[in-house]
Amino acid sequence: MHDTGKILAGLAVFLALATSPLWYASLARSSAAAPRLDLPAAERRCVLPREVIRASHMQLLDEWRTQVVRDGQRDYVTPDGRRFDKSLTRTCLKCHSNEKNFCSRCHDYAGAKPVCWNCHVKPEDIK
Amino acid sequence: MNALVSLIVVAVLTAVAVAGAGARPSAFVLGIVVPYAAAAVFLLGIVIRVLRWARAPVPFRIPTTCGQQNSLPWVKSSPLDNPHTALGVAARMALEVLCFRSLFRNTRSELRDGPRLIYAENKWLWLGAMTFHWSLLAVVVRHMRFFMEPVPFPVLFALRMDGILEVGVPVVYMSSLGLLAAAGYLLARRLLSPQLRYISLAADYLPLFLILGIAGSGILMRHFTKLDVIAVKELAMGLSTLQPALPEGIGALFFVHLLLVSSLLAYLPFSKLMHLGGVFLSPTRNLANNNRMKRHLNPWNPPVRVHTYEEYEDEFRTLMKGAGLPLEKEPK
Repeated sequence: MHDTGKILAGLAVFLALATSPLWYASLARSSAAAPRLDLPAAERRCVLPREVIRASHMQLLDEWRTQVVRDGQRDYVTPDGRRFDKSLTRTCLKCHSNEKNFCSRCHDYAGAKPVCWNCHVKPEDIK
Repeated sequence: MNALVSLIVVAVLTAVAVAGAGARPSAFVLGIVVPYAAAAVFLLGIVIRVLRWARAPVPFRIPTTCGQQNSLPWVKSSPLDNPHTALGVAARMALEVLCFRSLFRNTRSELRDGPRLIYAENKWLWLGAMTFHWSLLAVVVRHMRFFMEPVPFPVLFALRMDGILEVGVPVVYMSSLGLLAAAGYLLARRLLSPQLRYISLAADYLPLFLILGIAGSGILMRHFTKLDVIAVKELAMGLSTLQPALPEGIGALFFVHLLLVSSLLAYLPFSKLMHLGGVFLSPTRNLANNNRMKRHLNPWNPPVRVHTYEEYEDEFRTLMKGAGLPLEKEPK
C-alpha cells in the first residue's frame, strides 16, 4: 500500500498556502504602487524632514502626548528653529486636514491601526 | 568550532548584504533576484523531497504504541496513544503537530550520589520549542501585510492580537520577544550543556543564527533604526504581483534582513528544517494501529502462484475416491 494520495493532498494545501501572496494579488487585482497622498497646498515643510517624519512620526506624537499630558509642556522647537504647539489637532491636522486621504492611505496600505482616533475626533467628522 | 563556522556564514551573508545595498544594480539583485530564486528553491525543494517520500511503500503499520491497543470491548483502549481509527490518528497528529506531545514527554536522567540513577521530567525544551514555533508562525502571518493588498482580515487580526498589550510606539509584538527569547534559549542550551555541545553540528547552529539574525534585524528596523515601511511594501507587492520594482530609500539593514530570510528559505529543503513537512510523515505517529483488523498488502511482494486445496481435489478427485480418502466434494 502507498499513501501517495494523502501526501499529494497535503502538498497541495502547502503549495496553496505558500503561494498565497501570488494568487491573492491576482484575485484582489492588487497594484504594486504605493498610495498617493493629498498633500497640503499651503505648507510644504513639515516639522521635521520628510524621511524622519515618515519613519518616526508615531514616536514624535507619542513623545508629544506624554509631554503635554504629563508635564503640561506644549512648546515644540524644530531643529531649524521654528516653533509649534505640540498638538495633533491644532498642528498636524491644521495642514493635513483630511484623515481619509492622508493618514489612512498609508496606514491601510501597511496594515497599521493607529490609536489616535480612540480619543481624538477626525477632522472630517467635525463638519 | 561548529558554532563558529555557522556564525561566520551568517556574518558573511550580512556583510554581502551591507556591501550590496549601496549600489543600484546589486540592490536590485538582493531585493528582487535573490528573493525570487530563494522562493523557487524553497518551493521546488520541498515538493521534490516530499514526492520522494511519497513514493515509499507502506507495507505495514508501525505506530509507537503508548497505550492499550483496541481489542475486546471490555478492555479499555487508549484512542490517542494507540489509535485504531482515522479520527484517532488525526487527533494524535494534531496534538503532535500543534502541541509537540512527544516532546512533552521529554525526560532527563541524572547520576546522583549513591550512586543512584534518577529520572525526572524536563519540560524546558518543550516550552522553548512551543514558544519558538508559535512565535515564528505569528511572525510569518504578520509579515503577510507586506505581501497582500488590501491586507486581509486574518492578517489584521493577527497584528491586533500580537500587539494587544499596546506597549510602546510602534507597538511591541509579543511574537518578536517570544521568537528572540526562545531562539536564544535554544542556542544557549546547545552552547552551555557539554553533552549537547558535543553532539551539535554546524547544521544545528546555522538555522539558529539565521533566525536570530532575522529576528534581530527585524526588531532593530521596527523599533530602533526605523525605515520607510511604505517603500518596503512597494517592493514586496512588486514581488507578489510579479511586477518587481526597486523603490528608493530602503536602508542596508533591510537588505540584511531580506538576504538572511532568503538564505533560510533556500536552505530549508536541504536541512533539518524539513521537519516542517516531515512531521506529518512520521510513520510511528501517523498510522492507525489496525494490523489485526485489516489486511495490509506488501506492495513489493512478487505475485505468488498458489495451488489451493480445492484445485488439488479437483485435479485428483477420482484417484482420491479410488484410494478411499475423505473428500470435501463428492464426484458427480
